[in-house]
Amino acid sequence: MAQEIAIDANYRMPEPVRVGEETGSSTAWIQNLIFTVDHKKLGLMYIGAALLFFAIAGVLAALMRIQLAFPDNRFLSPDVFNESFTMHGTTMVFLVGMPLAFGFANYLVPLMIGARDMAFPRLNAFGFWVFFFSGLFLYFSYFGAPGLYAAGSAPDVGWFAYSPLTMKAFSRGHSTDYWTLSLMLGGIASIATAVNILVTIVCMRCPGMTLGRMPIFVWCMLVLAFLVILAVPCLSACQIMITLDRYIGAKFFDTQAGGDAVLWQHFFWIFGHPEVYILVMPAFAITSEIIPVFSRKPIFGYPMMVAAVVAIAFLSLGVWAHHMFCVGMISLANAFFVTSTLLIAIPTGLKIFNWLATLYGGKLRYELPLVFCLGFLFQFLVSGLTGVMLAVAPFDWQLSDSYFVVAHFHYVLIGGLLFTIFGGIYYWFPKAFGKMPDHKLGMWHFWLFAIGFNLTFMPQHFLGFLGMPRRIYTYQSDRGWDELNLISTIGVLFQAVGILFFAYNLLYSWFRGRKAGDDPWDAWTLEWATTSPPADYNFSKTPVVKSRRPLWDAKHPDDPDWAHE
Amino acid sequence: MVRAVRSLFPQWSVPAFFAMALSFVPGAAWAADPAPTPTPQVHKIADMFQPLSKPAELILEPSHLVLLISLAIFLVVVGVLVYVLFKFRPHGPADLLVEPPQIYGSYNIEMAWTVIPCLIVFVLILVTTRSIVEIQDAKIEEDALTIRLVGHQWWWEIHYPELGIVTANEIHVPVSERNGKRRQTHIILESADVIHSFWVPQLAGKTDLVPNRVNHTWIEPFKTGIFLGNCAEYCGTQHANMLLRVIVQEPEDFEKWVANQKQPPAEPRAELAVQGRKDFYALACINCHMVNGTMAEGVFGPDLTKFAVRQTLGAGVAPNTPEHLRKWLHDPDHYKEGSYMPDMKLSPAQLDSLVAYLETLK
Repeated sequence: MAQEIAIDANYRMPEPVRVGEETGSSTAWIQNLIFTVDHKKLGLMYIGAALLFFAIAGVLAALMRIQLAFPDNRFLSPDVFNESFTMHGTTMVFLVGMPLAFGFANYLVPLMIGARDMAFPRLNAFGFWVFFFSGLFLYFSYFGAPGLYAAGSAPDVGWFAYSPLTMKAFSRGHSTDYWTLSLMLGGIASIATAVNILVTIVCMRCPGMTLGRMPIFVWCMLVLAFLVILAVPCLSACQIMITLDRYIGAKFFDTQAGGDAVLWQHFFWIFGHPEVYILVMPAFAITSEIIPVFSRKPIFGYPMMVAAVVAIAFLSLGVWAHHMFCVGMISLANAFFVTSTLLIAIPTGLKIFNWLATLYGGKLRYELPLVFCLGFLFQFLVSGLTGVMLAVAPFDWQLSDSYFVVAHFHYVLIGGLLFTIFGGIYYWFPKAFGKMPDHKLGMWHFWLFAIGFNLTFMPQHFLGFLGMPRRIYTYQSDRGWDELNLISTIGVLFQAVGILFFAYNLLYSWFRGRKAGDDPWDAWTLEWATTSPPADYNFSKTPVVKSRRPLWDAKHPDDPDWAHE
Repeated sequence: MVRAVRSLFPQWSVPAFFAMALSFVPGAAWAADPAPTPTPQVHKIADMFQPLSKPAELILEPSHLVLLISLAIFLVVVGVLVYVLFKFRPHGPADLLVEPPQIYGSYNIEMAWTVIPCLIVFVLILVTTRSIVEIQDAKIEEDALTIRLVGHQWWWEIHYPELGIVTANEIHVPVSERNGKRRQTHIILESADVIHSFWVPQLAGKTDLVPNRVNHTWIEPFKTGIFLGNCAEYCGTQHANMLLRVIVQEPEDFEKWVANQKQPPAEPRAELAVQGRKDFYALACINCHMVNGTMAEGVFGPDLTKFAVRQTLGAGVAPNTPEHLRKWLHDPDHYKEGSYMPDMKLSPAQLDSLVAYLETLK
């Protein structure tokens, strides 16, 4: 029986509703986050997720320092301690360091080159979510097998997972599988995002933005994208090989079946050393933006600064075995890697000198971003010099795998990278949220964190000199390590309070901060030409640039930059 | 709390205080300086800048050079940084209205601070390479004492292939130079399971013990005493308690030790020790442990032939005294959680007898 269908003459199609913008939807903001492909939102999500993982890994670090505060301490059991340093290292490298770089790149690269979004917005969202779930997956390992008191099956093989510890004979259960699968996922995300950054920078620059006029930040991100594309596939290959070893008996690294333990080290560090420069690249990028603005001068020697970054990236591909001076390579190989490693000191030194020269003769404004970058300069200098010491292979035979190395890379990654990240967050906070960060709270954050950081890690150099190996969950009291360890742990307290000031500052400034305006720092790159926060489309009109400092040209039409470049 | 307060004061403060006090008493210094003391000196602070053996001493030269260069660079750069931060600080708000002169770079200056580091790096490369070859490719003397060190999770197996001695966790070597003769010690490094690393900072830098590979290192200690070291490559749960001691002795003391090690242990006499040996055979001990000349032929755990001569238990985790031994047998996890020494649920009587027997192994 056919039914007659009455058509209402007054019926009109409803307006299409964009996902996440349904009226009255209380979950709109979540939908907005999940479905967004906007580079600014994804950038902030990257940074937010990285800070979340940073807090978790920081707690792990604090637990380890409590355990090591006193000799023969029984605060953590050996297994929990070993899981803690593995998770701490893995998290800080893959779930904090790289996502922070991608977050800054995502937010800033399109704005700095006058584009409206990244080249592949959906790939961008894909990259973020795969990264985020790889992190959740890694932490799910804590809920595995025997229970919640951190005694699940969290990975306990160290963040570089030297074989044959990862083989079935020595790593039973699934802890190592969580580690390999999580990093495989993370690798997919990193490569996707790196391709996106690369294509965006190459193809989407606004008219007039030649390679030679790109901000150094963008140059660093270009180099970073190249390094990720070259290095991370090696890591993914490593993870596939471990999985094959563990489940179908491939025997790449399984020494009990004739595999090669040193092969793993070569494969891992071919990824691992460029990775170090991937992690530190945002530090170079952010410092090179902040120092000129707050000393009111252009960056000193732009071409050399760019050349130095490219040279560092190039050299970083050929230094991996300086992590392996103790494995018994022939003397010629050792000498080769000493040479390539020491060569990196030259472009790195040049960068420090050029930053100093940028400060020289300027009118310094001691705002938060500059203060953090000055902390970076000092601590990066220390880490660079201890790096030179580690490059001297005979000295490294003593220092390798000791607390000296722990101190060295924390000076690179906290003293260097993290200080600039804080500086960068304070610098671009007004752009992203339209509010100024609070100066006084920020200075508390700086001094507490700087004092705490140096108190924690400076003594660790001397622990290394006194023969304390890294990754030990306890030590006996007669080795001369007691006082230095206690000082080191006390430093953590200062750092933790500093971080609380940072978190409070972000919240306080977000709600109560004073209005920032479009260009609160009187800066010169394109992101300051648009509104704060920028509209979805970034620029209502595509900008046209004639020099490296388009806003300087606009503010000083009588003496534009292009006349001097 | 007591420990916290105590650890605020350095280890050496008490002896240093007493040494200072003693130095005020005339003659006390002379009295406190009799000929060699019977107990060897324990070098507890493994300071790599106070080497007492050859390769560690050879490492000092490039180390000092790079430390000096680094210090010089550090002082110059920090000096310039502080000067700049002070000199170019803001002088009031009016000062910020005018931009400073815009300097874009200087070819000559940048060349200068590229070329000078190049020269420094060149010198460092040459010095380092020479030092690598000098240490790593040093000639092993024909008459060198050979030791084969095998890493296990989490203890050290020590072989003297020429002398037919097997022991664990404590390496005995003769001091290198005596009576115009020089005696090198050549150490062959292997691993039974995962990667470990040999590191006794005052004797030599690290060399890894890698499964399926044979590595080498050598030492020439020029001072007697007990030197402490750790496994320096993360090797699993009890990496922290994989301690190593190297006991450097006068040549004649070393020969005495060798002669003793070659003898099988004396038959136990006391009733309790005889019972202990019975228990040792009857329980699972002999599956893992070796005692030369008996039916205990296990090779999974440390060789116990001369167990009572050793200074420590469980690869350095506790001193080798009857009390600690009893506790160790009762509950190995108390000292070394996760080690492969099982808790055998021994009765107090068994514990007493086993301790009595093990104490006879000397």
